[in-house]
Formats: sequence, C-alpha cells, structure tokens
Amino acid sequence: MTAIHSTHIAKPATVSTVMLKVLAALLPGIALSVYCHGVGVLLQLLLASLTALAAEAAMLRLRGVAVLPALKDLSAIVTAWLLALSLPPLGGWWMIVVATLFAIIVAKQLYGGLGNNPFNPAMAGFALMVVSFPAQMAQWGSPQLPLDAAAQWQWIFLHTLPAGSVPDAISSATPLDVLKTGLRQGQALAGLLPQSSAQGLIALGWLAGGLWLWQQKLIPWQTPLAMLAGLLALALPLWLWQPAQYASPLLHLLQGGTLLAAAFIVTDPVSGASTPRGRLIFGFGVGLLTYVIRVFGNFPDGIAFAVLLMNMTVPLLDQYTRPAVFGHRKGRS
Amino acid sequence: MMPLFDFPGGIHPPENKAQSSATPIRQAPLPPQLHVALRQSMGNAARPCVAIGDRVAKGQLIASADGRLSAAVHAPTSGVVSAIAPQPFAHPSGLPELAITLDSDGEERWIERQPLHDWQQRSGAKIRDFLAQMGIVGLGGAVFPSHLKLGLKLGVSPLETLVINGAECEPYISCDDRLMRERADAICDGIAVTRHALQARQVLIGIEDNKPQAIAAMQAAAAAHGFGVVAVPTKYPSGGAKQLIRILTGKAIPHGVRATEHGVQCFNVATVYAIGRAVLHGEPLISRIVTLTGAVEAAANVEALIGTPLDQLLALVRPHRDSHEVVMGGPLMGFTLPDLAAGLTKAGNCLLVKSPALFPPRPPAQACIRCGDCASACPVSLQPMDLFWFAKAKNFDKAQQWQLFDCIECGACSYVCPSQIPLVDYYRFAKSEIWAAERDKNAANLARQRHEFRQFRLQRDKAEKAQRLADKAAQAAARQAASHSAAANVAPASDPKQAAIAAAMARAAAQREAAPLPEQHSSGLNDAKQAAIAAAMARAAARKAAADEAKAASGQPPAPPPSSSGLDDAKQAAIAAAMARAAARKAAADQARANQQPDP
Amino acid sequence: MSQLLIAVALMLLLALLLGAILGYASVRFRVKADPLVDKIDAILPQTQCGQCSHPGCRPYAEALAAGSDDINKCPPGGEDGIRKLAELLGVEFKPFGADAPQPKAKAVALIDEATCIGCTLCIQACPVDAILGAAKQMHTVIASECTGCELCLAPCPVDCIRMIPPGSELTNWKWRYPTIPIRNVSSGATR
Repeated sequence: MTAIHSTHIAKPATVSTVMLKVLAALLPGIALSVYCHGVGVLLQLLLASLTALAAEAAMLRLRGVAVLPALKDLSAIVTAWLLALSLPPLGGWWMIVVATLFAIIVAKQLYGGLGNNPFNPAMAGFALMVVSFPAQMAQWGSPQLPLDAAAQWQWIFLHTLPAGSVPDAISSATPLDVLKTGLRQGQALAGLLPQSSAQGLIALGWLAGGLWLWQQKLIPWQTPLAMLAGLLALALPLWLWQPAQYASPLLHLLQGGTLLAAAFIVTDPVSGASTPRGRLIFGFGVGLLTYVIRVFGNFPDGIAFAVLLMNMTVPLLDQYTRPAVFGHRKGRS
Repeated sequence: MMPLFDFPGGIHPPENKAQSSATPIRQAPLPPQLHVALRQSMGNAARPCVAIGDRVAKGQLIASADGRLSAAVHAPTSGVVSAIAPQPFAHPSGLPELAITLDSDGEERWIERQPLHDWQQRSGAKIRDFLAQMGIVGLGGAVFPSHLKLGLKLGVSPLETLVINGAECEPYISCDDRLMRERADAICDGIAVTRHALQARQVLIGIEDNKPQAIAAMQAAAAAHGFGVVAVPTKYPSGGAKQLIRILTGKAIPHGVRATEHGVQCFNVATVYAIGRAVLHGEPLISRIVTLTGAVEAAANVEALIGTPLDQLLALVRPHRDSHEVVMGGPLMGFTLPDLAAGLTKAGNCLLVKSPALFPPRPPAQACIRCGDCASACPVSLQPMDLFWFAKAKNFDKAQQWQLFDCIECGACSYVCPSQIPLVDYYRFAKSEIWAAERDKNAANLARQRHEFRQFRLQRDKAEKAQRLADKAAQAAARQAASHSAAANVAPASDPKQAAIAAAMARAAAQREAAPLPEQHSSGLNDAKQAAIAAAMARAAARKAAADEAKAASGQPPAPPPSSSGLDDAKQAAIAAAMARAAARKAAADQARANQQPDP
Repeated sequence: MSQLLIAVALMLLLALLLGAILGYASVRFRVKADPLVDKIDAILPQTQCGQCSHPGCRPYAEALAAGSDDINKCPPGGEDGIRKLAELLGVEFKPFGADAPQPKAKAVALIDEATCIGCTLCIQACPVDAILGAAKQMHTVIASECTGCELCLAPCPVDCIRMIPPGSELTNWKWRYPTIPIRNVSSGATR
C-alpha cells in the first residue's frame, strides 16, 4: 500500500513526539512528588507503565491492529503516568494495576483505541477506583514519611512494614478528605487546615510543566484557564461569604491535583472539546463541577467525575461552537 | 503605512526560495517538438482549428475556445502540426488529453502581431474580448480565463480595489519573485491596462516581505503609475486570492461569492504581465516562467514555451540521481506528475524535483487525536478534524454541512498534522464523490423527465390518432348520408336534423372502432387486428427462441418483454412484430453459433 | 376503593385526551400525496430499463411502496441502491438473487452508423428518447442522455448497437480514497 499524500512537506512532529513532550512536562512534578512522598511514586509509575504497555499490546493484537506502530505513540504511557500520579503514592500494587487495566482496556481500546475514546482513560480508571475502593483511595501517605525506599516498596507489594514503623503515617488522609470529614463533623475550619504545604509544592511542578507545554503550543490556554476560572467562580464568592465554612480558593487551587488536571487532564485533546469556545466551556464546566462535587458531593475530590461528565458534552460542544467559516457570518451553517 | 489585516490560521513552512531565486530568468532552448495540450484552462478543452500537416506561425491560433470557461490556444513557435492526438498530460489523474504536437522549424517566425495600441480609448468589453482571443488565463495556478475576471458590470459599481498578487507564498517557488525583480515595468504596464479595463479606483500590489528586492523593484516601477506596493507578512497561504484580498482590504469573501461583488478583483503578477504583453505587443500567451527546483544541481527560473516537454525542461537543471518524482506546483498544493513527457501547461508555475533525501517520505498515518492543530492552521476557519472524520466515514452530507466546499485545499492542515494524516486527500476524495453523486443525480433527473415526457407523448399521439380516425369516419358517414338523401330525393337540404343524427352515429361508430379493442372481440379482421395477431404470434416465437437461447448459452439474459404500451394501432403492432421477428432471428443465430462451438 | 376508581378514571381520561390529540393531529397534519413513492423513485437510478419487470422506475417505486415487490430487483442501482431502499423502507438488506440480473458497469449505447438501416425500432424502444433519427435515415444515440438500459439492443434487426463503457475522462475523474499505509515494522526491517 502506498500513501497518497498531496502535501509534500510536513512539520516534523508526530504523535509520539507530542506524547514524549507531555511525559517530559510531567517530570518536574514527578521530581517534587518523589521529594515529598518518597520513591514509592517511582514504583507506581513503573507498575503503571508496564501494565499499560502490556494491556495495550494485548488489546491491539486482539483487535487485529499492527501492535508496534500504535504502541510507539506512547499514549498508553501518558495515561499510565497520569493514573499513577493521581492514585495514592503508597497504595497497594494491585490498585494501580487494576486502574491501569481498566483505563487501557475498557476506557480506551474497547472504544477503538487512541483518538476514539470519548472519556479520558486516566480519569475513567481513577473513577473506578474511587467508587470501588474508597477507603484505600483515601490513604495518602503523610508527606516526608520516615520510610526508606525498601520499606516503601515492601509496603506497596506486601502491605507490611519493617518493625518499628508507624502505620498511622501511611494511612493519613488527603487534606481535602480531612477537610470534608471535619466539616461534616462540625469542626471549625481553622483547626482543620492542612498541616503541610507538600501538595502545594507538587502543584507548582505541574504548573511549570503546563506552562512549558503551552509555550510549546501543545496545549491551548483556554481549557486550563477556564477550568481554574470555573473553580474560582464558586470557591471565591462562597469563601468571601462564609470563610469559616468554605475553604479558601487557594486551597482549592493547590490541593487535590487541581493543577495536574488543569495542565494534563482537561487538555487531553481526544476526549476534550476542540474548538476555542468549546474549550472554554469545557474547562469552565470541569472547574464548576469539580468544586460542586468536592464541597457538596460525597467524594473527597471531584475532578475525575467532573472531567468524565464534561467529556459527555464534547460532541455537542464541538458541534455548536464551530467558529464562523472565513467570510461567512456567525451562526450560519 | 496602510493598515493591514490578518486572516485566520496559516503556517510558516521553511521557505526554500533562495535556491532558485538567486539567478536571473533564463530562456529555455527551443525544443524540437512541443505537445500543446488543448485543456489549458478551467472549463472545456479548446477546439483545434488546424489540421495535421498545417504549417503554423508563432502566435497563430491553433485551437479556439469552446464555451465560456475555455481559453484559446496559440502556436508557441513556428512549425508544422504533426499530430492531434491524446498525449500525456500534466494532471494528477495521469489521463491523456488531446494535444496538438508541433514540430518546430527553428525559425521562430511570428504571425503579424496586432497590439491594441489604443487600449486607453477602448472599453473594458473590447479589452476583454481581445484578451479572450489571446488565450490569457490566470498564471497563479487556477488557470481561470482572465477575460472572465474583467467581466463585471462597469458603471454600475466601479471597482474599488484592484489587488495584484505578488505574494507567492508557497515554498520553493520564485518565478513571480524573479519576474517582479526583472520586469517590474512591464508588469506595471499590464496593471495599467487591467486597471483601465476594470476602471479600478486604486491598485494594491501585495508582496510577501521575504522578497525585499522584488518589493523595491516594484516600488520603483509603480511610483510613476500611482500603484501602491504593500509588503505583507510572510505567512502561508497569504498568496491565496481571498486571503490576500483580506490582508490588503480587510474584506473576507466567502466561498461561492465573487470578489467583484465586494468591489475587489485580484490578478496574479504573471497574469497582468501576460495581459500587458498581449495588449501592448500583440503576443498571445505562449510562454511562461517556470521555477525548476528541489533536488537539482542548479535550481533556476526559466522562461519556457507552453508545450515544452517537462523532461526537457528538467534536464536544464540536472536533477539529482536519487530524485524519484516530480511535483508540478509547490510542495503544499502541487501534484505528483504521472508522466514527464507531458508538455508544459499554462498552469505550470513550478517543477519541484523530489528525492528521498530532500523530501523524506512521511511516516505512516496514525490515529487523529483531535489536537486541533489543523483547525488553528486552517486559513478559512474550518474544523479539518471533523471534515476528515466525515470524509473517512463517507458521510458526505455531514461534510457539506461542515462546509467542506469552503476548503481551498491549501494543505496547511496536512502540513501541521502530527498524526501525518493526508487530510487534503480526504477532502479531495470527498469533493469528487459529492460531484459524482451530483452528476448521477442530475442524470437520473434528466432521465426521469425524458421518460415522463415520452409517456405523455405516446399518450398524446394515441389520442390524436383516435381523434383523426373519428373525424375521418364522421366525414365519410356524412358524405354517405348526403348521397343517400340526394338519391332518395327527399328534401335534401331541409332536414339538417337528420343529417346531424347520422353524423353523430357515424362518429360513435368510428370511435368504437378506434377505441382499444380486447383481442377476442371484434369480428371484423381489419389490418390492425391482423397485425396484432401476427405480432402476438411472433412474440410467442421470440419468447420460445429466447428461452432456448437462454438454455443454450446461459448467462445471456432473455430478451426483454415487448413494450406494454398497447397494441392498438397497426403501426405499433407491425413494429412489435418486426421486433419479435428480429429477436427470433437473433436467437436462432445465437443458437446456431452456440451449436457450432464444440462441446468443452 | 374510591382512590382506585379515581386512578382508573384519570387514566381513562388521559387516554381519551391523548387519543383525541393524536387523532386530530393525524387529520390536521396529513401529508397529501404519498411521498414514499417519490422518495423511492428518487433513489432509483431512472434507467427505465425494466429489469425489475416493471415498465419503468416509477411503477417499480409504486410496487415497492405497496410492498408488492422486493427491493433487490434493480441491478443498475447496485447494492448501494438496495442499501438505501432498505434504509428508507426499514427492511433488511437483501442481495441480488443468484439467477437474477446482476449489476454491471454503466455503459452507453453506440449505434454503428455504417450498419444502421434506419428502421426506427430502437427509437421506439428507447424509454428516454435518447436516440435521434428518422425512417430510412441513420440513427444516433445522444450519449449524455442514454441511461444504459439496453432496451434498444434487442429490437435492432441488424445488431448495430453496442454498449460502450464511458471512458475515464478528466471531467469524470475522481480522487481516490487515500489509503493509509500501516507498515509492518518487522517485515520492513527484514526487507
């Protein structure tokens, strides 16, 4: 078979290079995450990558698609890394494996592989875990855990600890979780505010990666900014109205993977809107829903559900936000 | 400094113009034989008006325009017409086209050139007709006949702006650049003629700012005429007519709307140069400047005669040994030439030699990830990824709703696509499928109309025939009645009432006779009846024969049943009989043939 | 008990009301002509060839609308045509019968003008009046109006009509579907 290509020159960009750059943009955040949570993060990344590659290869083979070219686009690794970074760093090995398998097999390949999945695979995997294993998903190790690499790995694989360790630190909840539980129990907000700034520090890593991707023209500005705006649109007025009841906008921005989502998840082109106005609406919707689910819903963090809900609106968004074609007036189709 | 506007999207591919733009335009040597294709413009191919063996002079009309969109073709040099036959043609299809082959005699003997010296006194219509005779077409690539672009209703709305397109935005191509640098005065003369024909209020010459020498040369030449020379930012495809109009005037002209409706018209610099040569020097369009570049030893611009075989042109610049194909046009909109024996056409602005080293093959296409790069590169704000999806799924209705036909096929989307999808090819595929479906639909509608008219005609003929017979019978009856009454000698003229009754009875009888009769009804065996019987018999025979034939030579469909239009008159019956006889004969012959063949 | 009665009465009332609305709508918004025949006719290729054993495309469309014939009787429409009919009529796709006429490439009739004796038989057979000529005069086919029905072949007493597939020309040339090569990397390496 020969390709018919009437365009004889092309930009030297491929899907693989795009994905590679996305992976590179994750590195600062990963480094900070390792600094805060320990090398367990690296093990999670490794487990996720291997699972994703194996699942992708098996599914491609089953679907009768050439395996290597599709595997080399690296999109499975991106999904795997995003999942690994969203799950608790010291979660059991089976958690990341199950989540990745679901993301790759069900959310991606069963829909037809890269480009055809209506839902963000990483968020689908995350949502599955939150719904199925809420207790385990709530256990984030407290930052600067006094555990060395070997201990962390032992914990991830065997769920046991070397003698003398403090299991409490491992099962500490996320700040958002603490906040929610505390508020439910009628405690004052001031007493609940997170003890550390680890999440905030990591968030800066995601921010840096996102800015670099934007500078490389790999992600648009509309979706991330609109998402943050959507989040703030609720967080700010409510906080100003009742600062004792509602957490500060800053907390919402820096906690719970908000910036990871803004830079790397809502910007997933496949499952997101692709027109400029559509991206604004999509991002804003994710932000609003995230806040609503975080504050009024049952789950500690709502990003995954917000993204999945907005994914459903994408076909309509894309259809109704098409820009006016050159010379035609808006609204005419 | 006048304000400039921007168009959406656009790309900045490597320009690669320096290779060919460094040296002056050379004259290509006179080829011994030229293949002048008759399809040199949009619309119909021209009709040859010379015969094989004719001796023609340089510039002589050899094929005249056939219809509005067609353009005349002239002999590029003096010589003898040696063939008028299909030849390889510079078209992506690779289909041969009718061409006039001219054996040059080397004399370059011109016909008597008749310039339009007093063009300043002539009307736009006169200049228009003159250009039509001169075979001037747009040389930017679309080869739209230029005289049609001068055809706006003058006086109703005098043209506001005449835009001259010297942007030349596509990489590698530099023929307009060289032309502007070397022949700026002649270009301006051509612009003056065009402006006069259009009565344009202002002239803006748009040149991309990557051609400073061309801008300087044009500024020097245009100053005397009062034309504005505007440096526009380098961005592909600013050389698209509608894009350049947008940049210079701010007017966005949608697909399907003519620029003149917005008071603008746009001509390529090479086209106005040709207009100038035609009007001021009486030279029809028989040569053009071609950029020969890419994987070649010495890229250059040459002025070559239309019809020069492309391989001979390429030999001038010595293609690299590893070159594997040649593109006509630029790297973004050009097409791969299926056969280099084809003659140069008026559309041939550039021959781009490809080699794997210079143009590495694109990696295999991957899945579309809807990154939207194509949408941000699209100069007409389409959603290329959606169009791709619809074209791939052959969902052409949807593609049209998404305004597929606004696509100018500039290739910007294919250029930026990280998945390496041949987007433009999908759009071209979808467009030609839609056109084909349109053709089929029109053909079906035409057939339906004609069939319905035929049904109506048969019905009408039948009715008319019946009426005629009735009238004849009535007349006969009236005559009979008259003679009878005369013989009886009973108050011949005094009983009109009786005569009228007789006539009415006769008419009724005639009508009965003329009305379609069931087969076993009438006892009178008139001609029609006999013929009908014969026909029926023959039909039966034919059917039997056809059945036999079908058995003998299976695969042949049986003869279709005779037309059901009613065997009520002698003629149709006779025809049916003849048809049946013929079918029977044919069947018998077929059977005989079948019998002759030895059994396998 | 009364609650039950009320419920039943309510449901009855609602049913009556909705029935009345539906009945009114069916009368008020009735479409006059039977558009189905027109819709079917629009799908049929209008060759008027009679291969469906109906005298023309419209009678076949009427038969299809009445449900008295199958959708796989139109070879010139091809399988694409069957598919469209199946979709319009809401029935299953049905391939052409094995012994029925099969679709073939479209062609136009061409009269060998040297052999033609001017009998006018083909003119009368042509369902779309696409043949020109008069008695004892040579006939010719208007190629652009010929539907390729082949009805003129049989009547010709001297067999001077042939079917010519229309050549590929620039005017009807089509861009191909761009094939996307999926190269097998391992086989590429061995080559």
